[in-house]
Amino acid sequence: MPDTTPARRSLTSALPDLGELAQDRTLIIACGALAREIGTVIGRNGLSHLALRCLPATLHNTPDKIPEAVRAAIHASREKYGRIIVGYADCGTGGLLDKVCAEEGVERIPGPHCYAFYTGNAAFEAAGDDDMTSFYLTDFLVRQFDTLVIRTLGLDRHPELRDMYFGNYEKVIYLAQTENAELTVAAEQAAEKLGLAFERRFVGLGDLARFINDVN
Amino acid sequence: MADEDEEIVLSELDDADLVQQMHDDLYDGLKEEIEEAVNILLARDWTPYDILTKALVEGMRIVGIDFRDGILFVPEVLLSANAMKAGMFILRPLLVETGAPKVGKMVIGTVKGDIHDIGKNLVGMMMEGAGFEVIDLGINNPVENYLDALEEHKPEILGMSALLTTTMPYMKVVVDTMKEKGIRDDYIVLVGGAPLNEEFSMAVGADAYCRDAAVTVETAKDLIARRHNQLASNG
Repeated sequence: MPDTTPARRSLTSALPDLGELAQDRTLIIACGALAREIGTVIGRNGLSHLALRCLPATLHNTPDKIPEAVRAAIHASREKYGRIIVGYADCGTGGLLDKVCAEEGVERIPGPHCYAFYTGNAAFEAAGDDDMTSFYLTDFLVRQFDTLVIRTLGLDRHPELRDMYFGNYEKVIYLAQTENAELTVAAEQAAEKLGLAFERRFVGLGDLARFINDVN
Repeated sequence: MADEDEEIVLSELDDADLVQQMHDDLYDGLKEEIEEAVNILLARDWTPYDILTKALVEGMRIVGIDFRDGILFVPEVLLSANAMKAGMFILRPLLVETGAPKVGKMVIGTVKGDIHDIGKNLVGMMMEGAGFEVIDLGINNPVENYLDALEEHKPEILGMSALLTTTMPYMKVVVDTMKEKGIRDDYIVLVGGAPLNEEFSMAVGADAYCRDAAVTVETAKDLIARRHNQLASNG
């Protein structure tokens, strides 16, 4: 039986209808590797109409699972939010994420991967094969380097595999999102661990910031 | 009571146990043990071809199954591959000498703009183990490299590999160039690499997408057999 006591009723009616509010908002379903950065754009620019849900960054180790993980997240949130967009680039899905996005009627961040949209997709493409022998790091990857690179590739247990993985690379390019001296030192150490030269490029958030800011 | 840590002396195992032990050692990526076992079997007058197929390839086949099933991961597979490579290093010249059966020839290379070769190398090794002659063009190959190699080596199969979403479209450049030159249908074109899929393979005009080394071997054998049957029925 519904509780109709006056105190309870006024409390209930004072609360906003969250379901309706969410209908006015856009949900960004994003890669966990972008959580901090997208959160920064939302916070810095007061984009209160945007909500963020992140999937585990470790999905990048099995990119074939990204499209269906994104689809499942879309289905789980579709009724609640007015609009959904996808905070992934193609990310090694070979066009399958685009297929899911088309089928679900959602848009994603343009570009092949985060290195490209952080750099700016046009600039990245213009560079062509110049950086072909470079291994990219971002702020996220520098922070998670030991977990996502060293341990995932088994280099902690089998350092002798290093050259099988990185023998064709020449340098690490750290595409920095922020001016952070500690991260720069860590990135340089990461390059050392891989036996590669080091270069830091400050790129900021590139096309990601523009994409998030432009979401209505 | 037997000492569980007692060291296995490979030379004291009979042939069946030694081959079984080689499968285990390949699985565990024990390169030196594989080298030792290969030499023991050679000393026991095993043919290089039997050692390759019954010990090494069969061992790697088991590794491949467990990789596909998510029991083994890339680092473990690489260690196994290293062990197999060491065994094949001993056997390769002997296989040439003893005239081991050849199933066919394959030219393989990573496409232009891409320097990733782990998958390609695994495919090359397993194809070689399956009796194919493999001409490996390495990494970052423009279309000219493929065409020159096809002209020079006249293989049945062209294999192309790419790891990047940005480089995999180059496979279409190669296939389209082959079409322009009227040579596309002279070859079986196989493509592979992490971001690829069946649909992409069809879109670029390849004959098949091969998701791993074991599938590549099976697909290559199957398509070569079909081609032979077709030639026989046309003849």
